[in-house]
Amino acid sequence: MSSAEAKADRSPYLAHHFESIEQQEESCTLGMWLFLAQEVMFFGGLFMAYAVYRYMYPDAWLEGSGALSIKIGGINTVVLLVSSFSMAMGVYYCQIGNSKNLFRALLVTLFLGFVFVAIKLKFEYFPKFAEGLFPGDGWGPHGHYADLASFGDQGALQIFFFLYFVMTGMHAFHMLIGFVILVVLMVMTKQNKFGPQRFMPILFFGLYWHFVDIVWVFIFPMFYLVT
Amino acid sequence: MKPSTGNSGALGKIAHFFFSTDHKVVAIQYVVSALIMLFVGFLFMLLMRWQLAYPFQSLPLIGGWFPEDHPTMPGGVITANFYNQLGAMHGTIMIFLAVVPLAVGGFGTYLVPLMLGATGLAFPRLSKLGYWCYLSGTLILLGSFFLPGGAANSGWTAYPPLSVIENAGQTTWLIGVAFVYFSSLVLSINILTTIVQLRCKGLGFMRLPFFVWSQLVTSVLLLLAFPPLVAAAVMQLLDRVLGSSFFLPSGLVVSGEALDVSGGGSALLWQHLFWFLAHPEVYVLLLPAFGVVAEVIAANTRKPLFGYKGMVYSSIFLGIMSMLVWAHHMFLTGMGITLSEFFQITTIIISLPAVIVATSLVVSLWGGSIRFSVPMLYALAFLPMFGIGGLTGLPLAMSATNIMLHDTYYVIGHFHYVVAPGILFALFAGIYHWYPKVTGRKMNDRLGRWHFWPTLICMNGIFSHQILQGFAGVSRRLYDGGESYAHGMEAFGLNSGATWAAFGLLLVQAFFIVNFFYSLKWGEKVDRNPWKATSLEWAAPSPPLPEVNFETPPAAYRDAMTYSEPGAEKDYSPQWEPSS
Repeated sequence: MSSAEAKADRSPYLAHHFESIEQQEESCTLGMWLFLAQEVMFFGGLFMAYAVYRYMYPDAWLEGSGALSIKIGGINTVVLLVSSFSMAMGVYYCQIGNSKNLFRALLVTLFLGFVFVAIKLKFEYFPKFAEGLFPGDGWGPHGHYADLASFGDQGALQIFFFLYFVMTGMHAFHMLIGFVILVVLMVMTKQNKFGPQRFMPILFFGLYWHFVDIVWVFIFPMFYLVT
Repeated sequence: MKPSTGNSGALGKIAHFFFSTDHKVVAIQYVVSALIMLFVGFLFMLLMRWQLAYPFQSLPLIGGWFPEDHPTMPGGVITANFYNQLGAMHGTIMIFLAVVPLAVGGFGTYLVPLMLGATGLAFPRLSKLGYWCYLSGTLILLGSFFLPGGAANSGWTAYPPLSVIENAGQTTWLIGVAFVYFSSLVLSINILTTIVQLRCKGLGFMRLPFFVWSQLVTSVLLLLAFPPLVAAAVMQLLDRVLGSSFFLPSGLVVSGEALDVSGGGSALLWQHLFWFLAHPEVYVLLLPAFGVVAEVIAANTRKPLFGYKGMVYSSIFLGIMSMLVWAHHMFLTGMGITLSEFFQITTIIISLPAVIVATSLVVSLWGGSIRFSVPMLYALAFLPMFGIGGLTGLPLAMSATNIMLHDTYYVIGHFHYVVAPGILFALFAGIYHWYPKVTGRKMNDRLGRWHFWPTLICMNGIFSHQILQGFAGVSRRLYDGGESYAHGMEAFGLNSGATWAAFGLLLVQAFFIVNFFYSLKWGEKVDRNPWKATSLEWAAPSPPLPEVNFETPPAAYRDAMTYSEPGAEKDYSPQWEPSS
């Protein structure tokens, strides 16, 4: 086969430096998993810090966790898990070539992601900011959280809340990045860029979204369910 | 598939250079930037060395340019604060912006696809993104010198509490390092995927050149070791910006005043997370150096490597172990005897695979007809220099002797022996060795020799003095070179020896710089395989074709380093030639 014929045979989705679609897909899959591996290490660093401080200040953990609402956290967990389900449905619809339902699934995922962040801000972050649970200069629990002010080791309590804000914050930051990618994917879906021949971007975003979910599945018990 | 050069004219060429995703173009950008940063880091060190040898005297030649009210160098004398900034940035630049980008970003990006017989990296656009992140990080870190208060001055290790309460440059440092992290992340994903997926036909893992193996292990380390430091950097950033106390313990007193923070944090946690990156980082520096030296030695002894498989397995073991030794940097932090014992044992264990690789390289010389080319000179010098660096590490690995030597100039001498006459010599060997592949011309041999011998002598001149000072107990952080300290006075004279050797080193680098540019235009023209080497990069034209590298996709028919095969017509059997 001459090289011109070989080129004509190539799928338009096949980049020039790969020999076959299989090789391209395997490469991209490997790359994506490697990226997720480093994400695990990143959150691993944060969980390491969590382990150290919880070991140092078990009482503060108990006290701080009591101030978090299991109800709100639980609702958010459900919201996030459902969004993972809709994302998985999106991958399925993409693979069977149903672009319309793919778009709907992505839209639902985006919507549920927004709901998660909105609940987080409205019922968790903002009240804490307003009533003195933001560590640092603004620290001074009052209002609903007045009980916390009588806890002996305020420094340790601040570390609990800082870690709470850092870890849930880094999680939310990953979700925000996810929103941007979701919007891009939705635009591309509208342009009919995806189908059974080309579903890797959707699949990979699904992996990312599930990963972010799993991080939350760890964060939720570690902060909300301390007994 | 776009045509490789659709645009003409100088502007088009510049745009092509900046936006090209060809792995060769990206690699050249890495190499040039990293060499510039190497020089910048070197100049920082020279400023410090002058202050150490001749404390509070005006700098020679350039001292007169600085007025008495200059903020950092009044009258040409470096202030203590600026000295600390130079020290912190020397380490940061050399490791994050010079050696790793040169060894992995430059050599890895350029050579790995060629050695695999591939047309490029698996993710070309990611490699470009990686370079841009590296460049942004570099500019941010260098730019921090122009901020009020100057650059970071808490050492490249950025230990809290100092790093949290110190000047604004530290915040910039954290942001800059985050960029560097992102760059090394995409780089390592790229190289790993390329090696696993894009090997040409017939190129099994055990046929890979050792250099590729070294890049594989290096990439795994970069991928897994860096993220925890970034997690820690996020926490340090919040400590600095939002007033949290992750790393600030209670009851801190600064300049006689209690610090107004909530306290309760653990300064030790930073050290753990930092060294979890920074110790594997040592092997990120070292492994590519091993890889380069292995290639150069095999080509110049006309022999296969001794114990190729042993070297490969040792490198993998080295990579795994390197994740388990980090706290040997922390024996004196009071983390406890049990932990010290553990990390002492793992540290002794990790010396074994390193010794296996180094010994295999030495034994590879045995019975070879050695060609003393310039790259070979550097590779040969690497062996004893790395040997000194490695052996001086043993007393540091023992928690008992570490008490004496911790944070003295002995430590400085030890790791500089590993990095400067060790790893840098290997990278110089690599530059001389693969320069013909990149440019189609050889570097000048005579200038290369003039560069090699004085560099070898000057490097030893610098670091042997430091090891001696360390035995005397001189702390590594004395701004006046130890002149005003009882324990430093006796060894103070050694400073000037090291300083003059360093200035000598600066002078002879002129040979390298001239050679580098002179040979671009006037170097001896060579064919595609000037060293008569066997691995696949030599099957490509010099320089390799844009975008596709090879005229026809090669295949591999034998092990990478097949030299002096019994019964063969010539003393090398290239990987890409089928057996007759």
